[in-house]
Amino acid sequence: MKIHLRVWRQAGPDKPGRLVPYTADNVSPDMSFLEMLDVVNEGLIARGEDPIAFDSDCREGICGTCGFLIDGLPHGPQRGSTVCQLHMRAFSDGDTLVLEPWRARAFPPIKDLVVDRSAFDRIIQAGGYTSINVGGAQDANAILIPKPVVEQAMDSAACIGCGACVAACKNASAVLFTSAKITHLGLVPQGQVERYTRVINMVDRHDAEGFGSCSNEGECEAVCPKEISITNIARMNRDYLKATLIRGVNG
Amino acid sequence: MTLDPKTPAGPLHDKWDRHRFQSRLVNPANRRKYTIIVVGTGLAGGSAASSLGELGYNVKSFCIHDSPRRAHSIAAQGGINAAKNYQNDGDSIQRLFYDTIKGGDYRSREANVFRLAQLSVNIIDQCVAQGVPFAREYGGLLDNRSFGGAQVSRTFYARGQTGQQLLLGAYQSMMRQVEKGTVQLFANREMLDLVVINGQARGIICRNLITGELERHAAHAVLLCTGGYGTAYYLSTNAVNSNVTAAWRAHKRGAFFANPCFTQIHPTCIPVSGTHQSKLTLMSESLRNDGRVWVPKQQGDKRAPQEIPEAERDYYLERKYPSFGNLVPRDVASRNAKFVCDEGRGVGDSGLAVYLDFTDAIRRLGKDVIRTRYGNLFDMYRKITDEDPYTVPMRIYPAIHYTMGGLWVDYNLMSNLPGLHVLGEANFSDHGANRLGASALMQGLCDGYFVIPYTLAHYLASTSIPAITTDHDGFKEAASSVQSRIDRLLSVKGPKTPRQLHRELGAVLWDDVGMSRTDAGLKRALDRIPKLREEFWHSVSVPGPANNLNKNLEYAGRVADYLEFAEALALDALHRTESCGGHFREESQTPDGEALRDDANFSYAAAWEFKGVGETPVLHKEPLEFEYVKPSQRSYK
Repeated sequence: MKIHLRVWRQAGPDKPGRLVPYTADNVSPDMSFLEMLDVVNEGLIARGEDPIAFDSDCREGICGTCGFLIDGLPHGPQRGSTVCQLHMRAFSDGDTLVLEPWRARAFPPIKDLVVDRSAFDRIIQAGGYTSINVGGAQDANAILIPKPVVEQAMDSAACIGCGACVAACKNASAVLFTSAKITHLGLVPQGQVERYTRVINMVDRHDAEGFGSCSNEGECEAVCPKEISITNIARMNRDYLKATLIRGVNG
Repeated sequence: MTLDPKTPAGPLHDKWDRHRFQSRLVNPANRRKYTIIVVGTGLAGGSAASSLGELGYNVKSFCIHDSPRRAHSIAAQGGINAAKNYQNDGDSIQRLFYDTIKGGDYRSREANVFRLAQLSVNIIDQCVAQGVPFAREYGGLLDNRSFGGAQVSRTFYARGQTGQQLLLGAYQSMMRQVEKGTVQLFANREMLDLVVINGQARGIICRNLITGELERHAAHAVLLCTGGYGTAYYLSTNAVNSNVTAAWRAHKRGAFFANPCFTQIHPTCIPVSGTHQSKLTLMSESLRNDGRVWVPKQQGDKRAPQEIPEAERDYYLERKYPSFGNLVPRDVASRNAKFVCDEGRGVGDSGLAVYLDFTDAIRRLGKDVIRTRYGNLFDMYRKITDEDPYTVPMRIYPAIHYTMGGLWVDYNLMSNLPGLHVLGEANFSDHGANRLGASALMQGLCDGYFVIPYTLAHYLASTSIPAITTDHDGFKEAASSVQSRIDRLLSVKGPKTPRQLHRELGAVLWDDVGMSRTDAGLKRALDRIPKLREEFWHSVSVPGPANNLNKNLEYAGRVADYLEFAEALALDALHRTESCGGHFREESQTPDGEALRDDANFSYAAAWEFKGVGETPVLHKEPLEFEYVKPSQRSYK
């Protein structure tokens, strides 16, 4: 197959960017999308040109490193998949594809298709944990958790922190990411102690990082490679409301 | 020089307790005066940084990713072992210890392995307290499954994403310390040299991958938690950024590299589809609980698997190993897959694959049960191959996965360089010549949560560590050697990409230092590797700037290190003329083709001392003494 690409090239954070055309020849349908880009880059490197910068690591859809827009869709057209798990058999010979980085104020550009997602770390840092030091834990089976509850917690905990939800949202909101962690820990007994301080701290940090608010469009859920549900957001909002009421009572 | 493992005296069961009591402590008020560098944020590095931060040390944590949550521990699928005996099926600390020693083919240190088995139970408690959503039974208790090399169910799991959930637990604990200010996070940094001053590891030189700036960081001790070296083979199950650079640079500064030839080839990976391929994807070993491995009895049988009748199939693992069946350890399963493919009975277009068939399990348990157990793995397989494993057997083939070898450490996880500690896959200590499934997560977390807090305190409290700054000559010299290597990479301006050269190296290693090794093949590899290294430095192309994000420059530096490291790997494999675990020398096998150890001559850890690129390293031996288990021919029949 032959694939035409228009790729966002931007030399650095403060440099202007533009779409540059490239052609990928001899594309096999069994290649992953990133392997196709590897081949394009091989050609650029051999010609002494700066290759297209894009992030990836595990290339099996779990580390959350990769991600960019293909024709405006985060991770491309395949539902429930990261771009590293997208294969060229999803496209046709002669297609033209536009590749752009995540675009959000809270994700400043670094180079080409790479952006700075450290705001996600700072949201977790604000409360995405149980405050348990090593050494004091009780026997693991002393905490009973109903199977359906742990399964639901696992659905939320499966978030890979890639940022597709932010890229898809017209408000550049990160509430799907934030609510997934709040829900995971808010469902299991271990997370109850800090449940209401956690939701306040994480949501406040989310806002302070410059992510937008949720207006219930549901685009985040549609593009999430782990198919995290927007019911997490509803749950977060409920907990947030309860937390503000508790805070009002407790001063 | 003699290698002192510093194994504590006393009975095996009491060694760790006695050692903890005899170790010196650092007063809580003094801990913040000690700066500790932790390189890597996988299970070992993340857990070490968080537990040392909790204790009050001043921790600096470095990772090559944009976030510590990306470390490759995240990709571990199947589970984590612990001797909880929650299933009442005969497990005990003693049995986990025995299985691990035996699984490692009697090439690991008894005291370390026993400690690992003892602490395994605490790891599960800690992870559950963090909120890790391990699989549960309907009554709310934790569920377990069995894994290769064991006849008990001691593996805890969170769907097929156990590594992800454990890593996120460690990451979250670490980020809690970042918020508190005890851990400082340095993301997007690659360690490019170790700074050794007066014989002590005192800091690192790292490159800021975004700005290209070289940074100097000083500390009282350095912890390397930088994973294994499987990517030297080009195609492996490792992430594309996993590399040997940090460990190799430490080796070049004097740390001994132990048993590099002990590499693990994982039996259940998706087969290679073409030269464009950038990595191989593992299908969890847990699949062998319900999947049956087979090939056609006839050579060159090209019929579709459904058309091959039962009587014409060879379930070769069940046939050869009736008591363990499809759950034999990884090295045994991999070698047997190679043997049947070498006989011309491999399946798929390439003939380099065997079937992993779920038909019987789906018939017995129903599709829904199988989907609950392995749904995400089946989905991943379908995305990659475009085939549905619910209806067509998976095709699998072995691939490089884990590396048991690594920097030599003593019982305290300290290398021969005082102050340099090595944790997790980066060290050599606990898995001998073959790691059992679900034991890597256990070791990484054990080292970071439960061992290093004690042994590091003892080192700090009992060692004189003079104050230094990053203006010290040791830092200047290391920084300038890193700079000149980068300049050299940029100045070659040759016609070949680092990937082309890496792929060539990978082919050499896979062919001659892979699943089956011979004297002639290893000598051939040792002839080709220096030539390839020579070619690299004349023909590599690294365009683009150094003062900017330049992934090709990062990659070129790593390939340059693989080309040095590969020689040590092949040399170690050549010197060890016995077979053991994942290291199979064709010259040393039993009449029925199993690995034949040579305890009289090779019951030692081989620790190599660097003497210069292309120079023969010096071998130091740490004899392995077995007081509690008697080494015997491993049998899984």
